[in-house]
Amino acid sequence: MTRITVSVDGTSYTDDVEPRTLLVHHLRERLGKTGTVVGCDTSNCGACTVHLDGRSVKSCTMLAVQADGHEVTTIEGLAQDGELHPMQKAFHEHHGLQCGYCTPGMIMQSIDLLVEHPDPSEEDVRMGLEGNLCRCTGYQNIVKAVRAAATGGASQ
Amino acid sequence: MTAVEERPAAEIGSARRRKEDQRLITGRTRWTDNITPQGTLHLRFVRSPFAHARIAGIDTEAARQAPGVVGVFTGRDIGEGKLSMFTVWTVTPDQKAPQHPPIAVDTVNFAGEAVAAVVARSAAEAVDAAELVDVDYEELPPVLDMAAALADGADLVHPDLGSNLSAHFVLDSAEAGSGADAKQAIEDARSSEDHVVVERTFRQQRLVPAFMEPRSIVVDPTGEQVTMWSATQVPHVSRVALSLITGVSESKLRVIAPDVGGGFGGKLQVPREEAALLVLAQKLGRPLKWTETRSECFLSCHHGRDQVQRITVSAKRDGTVTALHADLLADMGAYLCLVTPGIPILGAFMFGGIYKFPAYRFECRNVFTTKTPTDAYRGAGRPEATFAVERIMDELAAELGMEPLELREKNWIKHEEFPYTTSAGLEFDSGNYEAATAKAKELFGYDALRAEQGRRREANDPVQLGIGISTFTEMCGLAPSRVLGALNYAAGGWENASVRMLPTGKVEVVTGTSPHGQGHETAWSQIVADRLGVPFEDIEILHGDTQVSPKGLDTYGSRSLVVGGIAVTKAADKVIEKAKVIAAHMLEANPDDLEFGGGRFTVRGTDKGVSIAETAFAAFSAHDLPDGVEASLDSDATFDPESFSYPHGTHLCAVEVDTETGMVTIRSYVSVDDVGKVINPVIVEGQVHGGVAQGIAQALYEEAVYDESGTLVTGSFVDYLMPSAPDLPSLVADRTETPSTTNDLGVKGVGEAGTIASTPAVVNAVIDAVRPFGINDIEMPCTPHRVWSALQGRRPEAPAVPQSEQSTAMTQEGQS
Repeated sequence: MTRITVSVDGTSYTDDVEPRTLLVHHLRERLGKTGTVVGCDTSNCGACTVHLDGRSVKSCTMLAVQADGHEVTTIEGLAQDGELHPMQKAFHEHHGLQCGYCTPGMIMQSIDLLVEHPDPSEEDVRMGLEGNLCRCTGYQNIVKAVRAAATGGASQ
Repeated sequence: MTAVEERPAAEIGSARRRKEDQRLITGRTRWTDNITPQGTLHLRFVRSPFAHARIAGIDTEAARQAPGVVGVFTGRDIGEGKLSMFTVWTVTPDQKAPQHPPIAVDTVNFAGEAVAAVVARSAAEAVDAAELVDVDYEELPPVLDMAAALADGADLVHPDLGSNLSAHFVLDSAEAGSGADAKQAIEDARSSEDHVVVERTFRQQRLVPAFMEPRSIVVDPTGEQVTMWSATQVPHVSRVALSLITGVSESKLRVIAPDVGGGFGGKLQVPREEAALLVLAQKLGRPLKWTETRSECFLSCHHGRDQVQRITVSAKRDGTVTALHADLLADMGAYLCLVTPGIPILGAFMFGGIYKFPAYRFECRNVFTTKTPTDAYRGAGRPEATFAVERIMDELAAELGMEPLELREKNWIKHEEFPYTTSAGLEFDSGNYEAATAKAKELFGYDALRAEQGRRREANDPVQLGIGISTFTEMCGLAPSRVLGALNYAAGGWENASVRMLPTGKVEVVTGTSPHGQGHETAWSQIVADRLGVPFEDIEILHGDTQVSPKGLDTYGSRSLVVGGIAVTKAADKVIEKAKVIAAHMLEANPDDLEFGGGRFTVRGTDKGVSIAETAFAAFSAHDLPDGVEASLDSDATFDPESFSYPHGTHLCAVEVDTETGMVTIRSYVSVDDVGKVINPVIVEGQVHGGVAQGIAQALYEEAVYDESGTLVTGSFVDYLMPSAPDLPSLVADRTETPSTTNDLGVKGVGEAGTIASTPAVVNAVIDAVRPFGINDIEMPCTPHRVWSALQGRRPEAPAVPQSEQSTAMTQEGQS
């Protein structure tokens, strides 16, 4: 067991974890952060994407111990004082989700995408989301949502 | 026939944003894997690496000694190895169905079949211990090719059945009396100079449903009732089936589908794992949980499609079709699951598409192989049928030298000919193929693209343009119980709903459908808001729990709105009828003098009135009800349609094919769907987007591939090419609106239409691009390698290319 301290959605948690524990399992099973989900076991689907110190990371590709001393933001920590993040609003407004399983990862990755492309073209969005799979939407309304969010200040 | 009722529609047809979203975009979700009752044990299956093997022995001792392990179980521990999963569909009276245990007992019949289950205090400990289970396999020959499996002396998947043929289903219009003799018509055409016969063999590759949420099951046996949470499309079906399979009293079993992350038919299943967990949780007396890994899902969740289609069409030289014969091999895989044998049969009636084939014959041989079982995948039987007829119409057009759209128009059912009974015996209630096609052509710029195609062919452009057409229809809305009964389907196709008026005027709607991304909470709220005249926000939709919603047949086959949505309207109408009696009493009026609209009962010709909320409170307080009137407005209704619903549409696809690399790029895609009246256009468009994406994926990207030993080599998202955002185009999705006449909302299903329509549109476009090279088919998925291979050693046949351009092109090719 290794003792780690990770800040998740603004709260600091100190835990003893098995060194082999993936960050996503730590979030879900120890911290109860079940908004972040697991969609595959090969790091292809991106459903588990969170922010580590402000940049997106697939939380199945890193160990919990690697997050020691870092700040994690999950889908549950995006809304501030009950106010949805512009990207969350855009996904709702543009019907960028159906079953919603890929949505936490999709939203977290989309926010990160805007850091590099504040006003992305359709191609920028599609390329920026290449590592996130969705089976419901055909991506069309996700692309629409991300581009709409860009003009609404979602990169903040 | 039912006339579509004209009612004020403030909500129906409006682009409401979904109620469901708030939880989903904030992570406040209840996926099954988020549910872990106190004291839960975790299960891990040990799965066979071999496709076909006898289990000579299983040594579980080391696993039992591993840290945290509570028990290790084999097939014999589940009902002494005698339990069997079943199929609801006996497609022929002599259908052969093997014993299908939840965990293999004596033999394994596909790679990935479970042979043991390890239960431990944590999921990680269960995974670790599962590695220690030592299974002694004696390999048997795999059975992989359907045609070879039917040959004399073939190795058998299930030797006790004596054959790999499960069933041979035939639908022949001459035998059924619904049309002429197709075989005879084709023979006649062969010997007639005025006719042509075109034959092709198409391969419907095997696909993986690949819903995003892996399956998960939690069984809590600690209450008086056993509760099962499952990532399923069919909690109601599961409850009935599991009680029949395991012997648990149906009244002691509660099945809950909480938030479910997609299904696409893949969760239209009562999986072996549900039966195993139900039995083992009771044995252990503790909550028991299993969540699959994605790799496990690829192996053990049923697959879709997998047919070989031999299609023969005959026509007069003027293009008038005279007969269609579809002769299929359909891969069942190793077992018959819930609907496995019926999936190809769902297409049996649809190989004629929208065309007036006077003679029709469908036959299908259902074949066992040592592969993962197949079952429903979005469209289930109808994409296969639509692909075949839309591909063969293009082939026929090429044979006749006709414009493919003109050939279609010559043969399709005209809008004034509805209702139309096809030679397959179905009555299509409504449609307007001319209108959908005209709109699609205009949005697509069909004529301009054809002109560009001509120019690029003439110029011998290394990147050729292809135009693909799919003018499709489908039967959906499963559906009429009598029809299902006539097809030997074990269950009915009705749907149930109840509407409960709460004392404060809020409304609870209970539906037997079980949404997993479709947006029923929003759409049903819109329907009820208009019906009862109450605010959209005041309506709560309850579903997916057999205790909350005790009656239902769940969500699949584009049935939810056309069956379940209609049940909701009928229950709401009963509420109004009950409320009217109380309102009349409150207003001291005759019920016949009351009008209802906008949520209020008013006395005709006066301004006296009460709201439906006030009648609800009056019913609740029950201080002053008319004699003999019960203190409740709550009502329920069951709806069983008389017919299927038949959405249709025209999809047009333009692709660019790089003849030097084989790369296919979709340049534009236009869909014009006619799904009848629309409750919510945003949801409908989303369904079309996603459906088309899955159809494109079949055409260009996805395939479940097995090696010669029967191992699935596309067993993860690394190898199975599910498209991501850069792989798909933005499409133009539009609609025409021809109301269905078989339900009083005028609605048709939309869930599967996009998938059914799009695959042939894309493949037709690819073939259209390379047809001048003498290519008339490329097996799906049309990967760059397959397209490039087909082009090797070929030169465009026509039109004749000037010598100078040809040599230039060849030089360029040589340099590249």
